[in-house]
Amino acid sequence: MSAGQPPIDSPEIRRLTPVLGPGHTFRSVTDKISSIVLTRPTSFGWFVGFAIAFSLTGLMTIAIGWLFTKGVGIWGINIPIGWGFAIVNFVWWIGIGHAGTLISAILFLLNQKWRTSINRFAEAMTLFAVACAGIFPLIHTGRPWMAFYMFPYPSTMSLWPQFRSPLIWDVFAVSTYGTVSLLFWFVGLIPDLATLRDHAVTKPKQIIYGMLALGWRGSVRHWHRYQSAYLLLAGLATPLVLSVHTVVSFDFAIAIVPGWHTTIFPPYFVAGAIYSGFAMVLTIAIPLRKAYGLEDFITMRHLDNMAKVMLATGLIVAYGYFFEFFLSLYSGNKFDVYLVQQRLHGPYAPFYYALILCNILTPQLLWSYKLRHNVAFLFFMSIVVNIGMWLERFVIVVISLTRDFVPSAWGRYLPTFWDWATLIGTIGMFVMLLFLFVRVLPAISIAEMRELVAETSEDEK
Amino acid sequence: MNARSHEEQKDDGPALDEHREDASLTPRPLDLAAVRARLQSKTGKQYWRTLEELAGDPNFEELLHREFPRQAPSEWDDSVDRRDFLKLMGASLALAGLSGCGRAPEQYIVPYVKQPDGMVLGKPQYYATAMPFGADAIGLLVESHEGRPTKIEGNPDHPSSLGATNAFAQASILDLYDPDRAQTATKAGEIQTWSQFLDAAQAVAATLRSTRGEGFRVLTGIINSPTLAAQFQTILTLYPQAKWHQWEPAVGDGTREGAKLAFGSYINTVYRPENADVILSLDSDFLTSGPGNVRYMREFYRRRKLDQYSEADRVGLEMSRLYVVEPTPSVTGSSADHRLPLRYAEIEQFVRALAAKLGLGGSGKLAPAAEKWLNAVVKDLRKYPRRTLVVAGEQQPAEVHALVHAINAALGNVGTTLYYTEPVEAHPVNHLESLRELCTDIDAGKVTTLLILGVNPVYTAPHDLDFTSKLLFDEKSKAKKIETVIHVSPHFDETSQYCDWHVAESHYLETWGDTRAFDGAVSVVQPLIAPLYRTHSAHEVLAAFTDKPGLSAYDAVRDRLKAANPSADFEKFWRKTLNDGVVAGTAFAPLNVSLKFNPASLPPSKESSAGELEFLFRPDPSIYDGRFANNGWLQELPKPVTKLTWDNAALVSPKTAEKLQLTHSIPSRGGEHGQILSNVVDIALSGSKVTAAAWITPGQAEGVVVLPLGYGRKKAGYTGTNKGFNAYAVRTSSTLWTATAPASIIRKTGDDYPLACTQYHFNMEGRHILVSSSLEEYHKNPNFAHEHEEAPTPELSLYKGEAEFSYKHVDKWAMAIDLNSCNGCNACVIACQAENNIAVVGKDQVMRGREMHWIRIDRYYTNTESSTSGKSTGDPSEYQPALDNPETFFQPVPCQQCENAPCEQVCPVGATVHSAEGLNDMTYNRCIGTRYCSNNCPYKVRRFNFLRFQDWETPQFKLMRNPEVTVRSRGVMEKCTYCVQRISNARIEAEKADGGKGRPINDGEIMTACEQACPAQAIVFGNANDPNSRVSKLRAQQRNYSILAELNSRPRTTYLAAVRNPNPELENT
Repeated sequence: MSAGQPPIDSPEIRRLTPVLGPGHTFRSVTDKISSIVLTRPTSFGWFVGFAIAFSLTGLMTIAIGWLFTKGVGIWGINIPIGWGFAIVNFVWWIGIGHAGTLISAILFLLNQKWRTSINRFAEAMTLFAVACAGIFPLIHTGRPWMAFYMFPYPSTMSLWPQFRSPLIWDVFAVSTYGTVSLLFWFVGLIPDLATLRDHAVTKPKQIIYGMLALGWRGSVRHWHRYQSAYLLLAGLATPLVLSVHTVVSFDFAIAIVPGWHTTIFPPYFVAGAIYSGFAMVLTIAIPLRKAYGLEDFITMRHLDNMAKVMLATGLIVAYGYFFEFFLSLYSGNKFDVYLVQQRLHGPYAPFYYALILCNILTPQLLWSYKLRHNVAFLFFMSIVVNIGMWLERFVIVVISLTRDFVPSAWGRYLPTFWDWATLIGTIGMFVMLLFLFVRVLPAISIAEMRELVAETSEDEK
Repeated sequence: MNARSHEEQKDDGPALDEHREDASLTPRPLDLAAVRARLQSKTGKQYWRTLEELAGDPNFEELLHREFPRQAPSEWDDSVDRRDFLKLMGASLALAGLSGCGRAPEQYIVPYVKQPDGMVLGKPQYYATAMPFGADAIGLLVESHEGRPTKIEGNPDHPSSLGATNAFAQASILDLYDPDRAQTATKAGEIQTWSQFLDAAQAVAATLRSTRGEGFRVLTGIINSPTLAAQFQTILTLYPQAKWHQWEPAVGDGTREGAKLAFGSYINTVYRPENADVILSLDSDFLTSGPGNVRYMREFYRRRKLDQYSEADRVGLEMSRLYVVEPTPSVTGSSADHRLPLRYAEIEQFVRALAAKLGLGGSGKLAPAAEKWLNAVVKDLRKYPRRTLVVAGEQQPAEVHALVHAINAALGNVGTTLYYTEPVEAHPVNHLESLRELCTDIDAGKVTTLLILGVNPVYTAPHDLDFTSKLLFDEKSKAKKIETVIHVSPHFDETSQYCDWHVAESHYLETWGDTRAFDGAVSVVQPLIAPLYRTHSAHEVLAAFTDKPGLSAYDAVRDRLKAANPSADFEKFWRKTLNDGVVAGTAFAPLNVSLKFNPASLPPSKESSAGELEFLFRPDPSIYDGRFANNGWLQELPKPVTKLTWDNAALVSPKTAEKLQLTHSIPSRGGEHGQILSNVVDIALSGSKVTAAAWITPGQAEGVVVLPLGYGRKKAGYTGTNKGFNAYAVRTSSTLWTATAPASIIRKTGDDYPLACTQYHFNMEGRHILVSSSLEEYHKNPNFAHEHEEAPTPELSLYKGEAEFSYKHVDKWAMAIDLNSCNGCNACVIACQAENNIAVVGKDQVMRGREMHWIRIDRYYTNTESSTSGKSTGDPSEYQPALDNPETFFQPVPCQQCENAPCEQVCPVGATVHSAEGLNDMTYNRCIGTRYCSNNCPYKVRRFNFLRFQDWETPQFKLMRNPEVTVRSRGVMEKCTYCVQRISNARIEAEKADGGKGRPINDGEIMTACEQACPAQAIVFGNANDPNSRVSKLRAQQRNYSILAELNSRPRTTYLAAVRNPNPELENT
């Protein structure tokens, strides 16, 4: 330790930072996790947190209600800035929604054991983030009651969506992603739901968990089918992790707006999504393990690994920024060159510098082993990256639109109260859903933790 | 319960309700004598349903007025006890619920039983009329849908229109439907009938007749109606002691007095810019204001169209040359070949120096730079004898006008580029003196009856005359200064509130009248609709004071015309006149006048104090002298040069602003396209003070502050009240047009005021948007418009077929806009707004960058390349060196109707699609409002209904709208359609032609609203597949280019690069 960081993946580091605390048995794991849902009394802190989140959700409902009453004019958007907070928030939430599936599917396929204790709530987070994201494409339309035109349904006028538009691709990409994530999450929950059913002492809980457990009895045949289904879903979800944000990035890359029209967007958006997703997982994991004493399950090893993923994806994002910048200048395209100059010197330059600070400069501190093992710092870092990634979308969506082709039409953008209310409201809804999730479902996969107990005890032997 | 009801019955009297009602309704014998008596006592058409109604049988009327006479308990008014109240409430709630589920009431629309001649429902009709405006009138053809005027077009047969209009004429239709108009006559605020007014007027007239009109005064604006003039003649004959005063606040006396100085009498000048090779304008905005401006614009730009004339038919120069000397940038100045910013006082020096150089004597002092400029101009003027024109501005003093008459005579221009006629005004006077005399007489107690016709002196009179006090109760004499004040105006305005009587004045589209154009041609003002309210015309009001009260305007006009044209078949003549819109042969013949003026004899002018600031009062380019203040279209119209809407501002030259430390800042809300924060200043001038926002105006002469008139109205209506600041408040009779004062009178208050400016960034940043060159360069390199173009060739497309789609078998609509001819006058913007039902959004929304105009006019300054290229934020301080006299260009931008439209590819629902003819169509009911199309539109011509911008409630606006164009709801995108409704109409006509065999649509058959309104004929629309169409010929020119061709959007709207014709001598210095 004193000599600094031990060699990566050595037995020593596994011992020092295990994926599971020592001394756990099948029973202790089951009791510890299920007790949060079944036996432990609901703490005062939970009520306070839930109340705050619930009020913010109420704020969102009011904001959306007012929006539907008056129209999108209550926001700060205008001509030329036709897209403002709604699209920024949409892309941000979708990005956050990437970590869960990445952790559950890709790391599962790569047989990364450390994913086990974080995959469940990361997946839940994904679902909730996608739910938050899904609100925006609907409400940002001028006539949301007509938004169903975006779906390919057999209309009496034989009208179809316009399939060349990336917004239609979005509809398919996001809805597919949402569906697969939900299935994947639910399939993973089945054995645990059965555990809860079996441990529940009150009738209503037994009935509800029993129905959700779909008759799971833990037979070998069940396990066999379960494993195949889970593996198949993991395989199905894996390309989606990459495709969704690629498609979202097409919203911009396909358009001709300077600052949007660039081929580097798909990979750079995916990396950014994973970056922000892991930041959000950290943001949730750190308070969660603290509040429910889950330090044995979500160990420093997990936090360390997540920090490393953030560092790696952050570097990819930095590469993206650099090449976006470089290619604009190298291309000599006067509109792109002007936009780059605007980012550096224009009225929104502080946002660009803040973005560089949050997404590129500050995360370099994660190279330090010490800081990676400082829980408070990691929490702070995850918040910084979340803000940074939000700023990135703001810079891309808004600043590009303020300076496009015809200088006579140039304008600026200022969000209104309702813009902020909607953003903060969705954060409130996200947190509220997480609070509910932690209270009613096992935040960590009991079944997989039992497997881990077996495997780690084998390791020790 | 039973007991109670018995009691009630007792209270109510005998028997049950039903019985009582039946009894009272037993038919009584019909009194036919009463019927006859009533019929005789009524005048005009009365409608009656039955004889009983006519007889006025009270029982029958009761029956009529009760919907359900049998069932309804008629005692509901009586005291209701708690139980009954609850019963009734319960029942009505239940019934309310029922009615909520019910269908909408059935209403029957009865078609015409006898269809009026020539009317086909759904097909508009056009009527000729004319809009009087100052000493001019614009001949119009007004579109009428089932009796509702909806759109104004120019009358091609009228000399002052030639088919075009200006923004004022286009917007005047909104004034007709203005819900804030005064709707009836009032006396001290009480509603009065017209006959009550007639009685009162006759009573006044009777008194006046006994005193031969002693104390009877009439105050009007400029009157150029022959009928009104004749009526005034009658009045003045009836009342020899009466006097007619005139006050037109925004038209200077200089024009009139200058003519008097030069010729000894009031003489009208008519210009022929078409014949002029070199034009020098001395602070004259003759292209957009003053009499004849629409005509002058047409004539002027005929000489600016390149490649129009072959060498053989060309007369004079290939392209005329325009020099403008002016203190503040006007539309005319902004489109000049050479523009010299000079202070107002220096302009007189300039003219004196010009006269001296032309050998007319006198002398003028000029700065060396101006001297050099003048020398070049003189040389140029001398080069084209008899083919030059010098024009002086309406606000210039009489001396300048007199000198200009002498100069034009010396240059031999009279007869070719201008001619003189009798005055167009019925009674030309010195307005300031006329108003002053009225005020003096009022103070002297010499006025007993004052009739104010159509003007608003409380608002517009110079403040030192204190017109308000003339109408108020005088504390000293404990009496009113004037016994009776009658005000006739369209709105109950600042003046009306102090008058005894207010008569609501009819709009020119709802009353008969006549008027003279700038060249004397008389038009009959023909109403399009009966008055919407109980309004009356000036003719009727004047007649009320004669022995013919109740004379209709129709009779007055017709009788006058009959008297003037005693032809045998007057009816035919009358019909022809109404049809043509102009009375044949009434234009004044040129007068042969001799100059009685020696420039050398002019007394030397006052030394202008150079160190001081010069304040100028100018009519506002959008709302003129304030008369259009309540017109939402004009309020929201970006002013041609400043691009401000909804406010006026103290226009300050850049250097002066620097000295006074005045700045602008750009807030994030709206930004360059919407909102600019400007410093607020207090201006203490002429013993009064106004607080105004300061606007830095590039091109304004140093030391000049312009205070535009017309704003700051206190009683204009919902739209116009309390907008901007009132410049009249610091305008005195001695400083009508200019005041000088030390810079210290301007004091920054420290506050900022948000101004709604639709285009603040005026640099093109080196992009291929507005291309311009000089005539010389153009001859050297006719292809200059394509020099820096990087348009991809069609071969680069993967989709060969699509790229080469030629629209072979259909009409390929296209528009070409000649930037050489556009001076940003805004006629097209309002024409488009009227034609396409475009909403007014208000200042707040404009400041958020959400105005809805489908065609905007971009203004660029070209010699202002930023010193910090690329880093600019549009702040004027970055361009300081070039700001003092930038070269200004205007570019109208409607939808470019791209062949390869970026908007179409990104719409998720296919709401914006290509039509078979290649138009980029908007399907409003398919649009869900993602705004992706607008983001992807490189020209930013799409407009979004962020909120519900249309007024769906005000009934007047329902009448006004064009029934052929959808009224858009909130949440949908809209944009220019190339007036697709007009295309469809023409196509239907063409397909029907020749017994259904059809014919091709002729060139010029379809005119878009913007094209039709454009006085300069800058916009040409037509079929690009027809090689002989005007648009094809323009597209074939080398000057033809597309904005941002490198984007490969391939617009159908193309531009002809601007070519200016600078004097090489001045260029090289």
